[in-house]
Amino acid sequence: MTALDAVRRRRLRVPAALRTPVAVVSLAIIVAWVAVIVLAPVLSPAGPNAQSFDRLTAPSAEHWFGTDQVGRDVLSRVLHGARVSIPVAAMLVVASLVIGSILGAIAGYFGRVADEVIMRVADLVFAFPTIILAMVVAAVLGPSLSNAVIAILVVSWPPYARVTRSLVLSARQAEYVIAGRLLGNGPFTSLSKDVLPNVAAPVVVLATLDVGTAILLLSGLSFLGLGAVPPTPEWGAMVSDGVQQFSSWWIAGFPGLAIMSIVLAFNLLGDVLRDSLDPHTAETVKGRAL
Amino acid sequence: MTADDSGLRIRSLRVTIGRDDAENDILRGIDLEVPAGQVTGLAGESGSGKTMTGMSVMGLLPAAARVSGQILFEGTDLLELSPARLNAYRGSRIAMVFQDPTASLHPMLSIEGQLTDHYRSHTKVSKAAARKHALEVLEKVQVPDPEIALRKYPHQFSGGQLQRIAIASALMCSPSVLIADEPTTALDVTVQAGLLRLLRRLCDDLGLAILLVTHDLGVMSSLADRIAVMRNGEIVEAGDRYQVITAPTDPYTRSLIDALPATQTTGPEATP
Amino acid sequence: MNVLLELDDVRVSYRQPGRGRIQAVRGVSLSLGAGTVLGLVGESGCGKSTIAKAVCGLVPIDDGSITFRGEPVRRLGLRRRDPHAMRIQMVFQNPYASLNPRRTVGRQIEDGLRVNPDQAAWSVASLLEEVELEPAWASRYPHQLSGGQRQRIAIARAIASGPDVLIGDEPIASLDASLQARVALLMRKLALATGAGLLFISHDLSVVRVIADEVAVMNAGEIVEQGRVQRVWEHPEAAYTQRLLAAIPAVDGLGRLPG
Repeated sequence: MTALDAVRRRRLRVPAALRTPVAVVSLAIIVAWVAVIVLAPVLSPAGPNAQSFDRLTAPSAEHWFGTDQVGRDVLSRVLHGARVSIPVAAMLVVASLVIGSILGAIAGYFGRVADEVIMRVADLVFAFPTIILAMVVAAVLGPSLSNAVIAILVVSWPPYARVTRSLVLSARQAEYVIAGRLLGNGPFTSLSKDVLPNVAAPVVVLATLDVGTAILLLSGLSFLGLGAVPPTPEWGAMVSDGVQQFSSWWIAGFPGLAIMSIVLAFNLLGDVLRDSLDPHTAETVKGRAL
Repeated sequence: MTADDSGLRIRSLRVTIGRDDAENDILRGIDLEVPAGQVTGLAGESGSGKTMTGMSVMGLLPAAARVSGQILFEGTDLLELSPARLNAYRGSRIAMVFQDPTASLHPMLSIEGQLTDHYRSHTKVSKAAARKHALEVLEKVQVPDPEIALRKYPHQFSGGQLQRIAIASALMCSPSVLIADEPTTALDVTVQAGLLRLLRRLCDDLGLAILLVTHDLGVMSSLADRIAVMRNGEIVEAGDRYQVITAPTDPYTRSLIDALPATQTTGPEATP
Repeated sequence: MNVLLELDDVRVSYRQPGRGRIQAVRGVSLSLGAGTVLGLVGESGCGKSTIAKAVCGLVPIDDGSITFRGEPVRRLGLRRRDPHAMRIQMVFQNPYASLNPRRTVGRQIEDGLRVNPDQAAWSVASLLEEVELEPAWASRYPHQLSGGQRQRIAIARAIASGPDVLIGDEPIASLDASLQARVALLMRKLALATGAGLLFISHDLSVVRVIADEVAVMNAGEIVEQGRVQRVWEHPEAAYTQRLLAAIPAVDGLGRLPG
């Protein structure tokens, strides 16, 4: 195989869905934020908590995003905030995805008691508005970033459990699952080999859409004083600070924009993934054409 | 067969999807006559383009498709018509029956609704008149107790009865061309036999021009008057039913017929 | 005849919402010997697929017994299937649903090989060759294959496990007409070559005639006629069999309407 062949083959592996403008834009935003997370100390003009005597100055050549009420550079805080908000939100989503889908898969595959217990607990959580329940848990545990994470985890697994359960319920009836069971697959082999890989796509899409929700929830708790404790440069906490300084729009505005950009990017990525994770997509498009 | 204006004539129909080169042709220049009072069979395996031919007549091709050639109906080239003008033909003068009646009927609509809604939008008759006409058509397709049937919903019927209702729905506007795409493939053989008789009778009594699209050569042999065999978007053989079935000239047609279990006279003892 | 599978007065019913219990199978007795092909023919809803499921332990039976090599077939619950019962394998109707879309066909055939007591009997390559496919296709995914090719993979997977009883539940119904007889004959050939018994379920008596030694005709949950396939085809005794045979359109070009 020549090098050219190798290149051509590799290029063919990039799913068509990932080559659309929407995909490129959303991936570019996410890659840019990842770069910010890595390079925040280098990119920032000042430390996140370094105070200067310029308080509440509007965006200028010196402070691109202005300064807050104690003279901290907003740009530096937004850049450092990415190191808090994005990884924490991503971790939150992965954790709730894993917990929720495992519980949902058990409920859907085994049914009976497991199903009843898991889904009634999920219903219980569903019965309360998410943010209020998270607030209660966070208030009980005391304000800190890690307690906020636990609080959000408590409220955020049920949607994954519910979606995974319903997908597993129908997927376990699929003929290939039955064929596998006839060839001696036990319940866990059956789940891991045949069922879960085929229900993963919609759950993963749900997760990417949830990164935004997680960031907003985290920011919300911080905004209410139940999450990141000052002076941690968490975006939600920064918005909360800024709102008190109504005339200095930049204090809340720039972290708000940062939240918006990452939420939007993950939402778009979710749409893209939905198309590209389906092994039939290429075929479906062809089938529709024929 | 005379080349009068009744029925349907397809002239060098070419359909391309995707890049414009011969390899993307789904239909590569089809010529087909579908005369009135006859059943014209279009045979072929999956992917041969037989369904595409039916869809082209109905103007139901995907938006990305490029079409050339002519589809002549009553002296008009359907391919030249504006979407609005084509709508006046589609579903009224030219109707279609699909393979799966459960998918082609609206599950939430009573049979009366299925039959009368599009009829009234085409003819603007009163509700009562539409209902009366629906009863007549149901009688024609031999659905038992038409009065009761009108009040029922699709899920309350068996597959065979539903297909009769789908045919009734197609006949509401008194079409002169009926395209039947695998109309009996989803049905049991005993039910299929009844539907084949019905289609034959409709063709003879109403002088319908029926384009029968099916892969089932048994159905072809019993219902079609003339048969065209398609492969890779081309008609490889066309002719009288008896000739095509018993003395095919094209090797592909030959292989299709030879592969049928019904033509294999040997029992299992003779097989390896 | 060495009897492998014995059904004795098997009854199966389903609960259907709003319609109470439906008797799908009403006292069916059958036996399948090694090296023979038994065709089970009937129209939709006659209970023939329910029998296939019951034999694999996928549906519980109300009454009667199903024995395989003298041991009763137990219901396949959530646990791993009993190795004894794994000698019964099935090829499903829909080749688009019976292969895992996310695994290569080679790996799916390996699933079968893994449970074969005679590990040296087959390899993935030899099986692919046996079902008339390229050995190199082992690395392909199901969506890259046509319906007929997928069904060959499903057959290869079942044969790979070295079954004593192979069940085909309408295995050719969704294939092109020109492929049906070939795939059916392939199943017969492979089943007999491995010394298995084949229970071939189909609505199409003309295909069953080509591959089966014996045929049982089912209607409304009961077997209405059973016998050597040639005899049933030429001299059907039950009124239902006669009706079924008369409804098959003849491919003679004479334009005779069946029924």
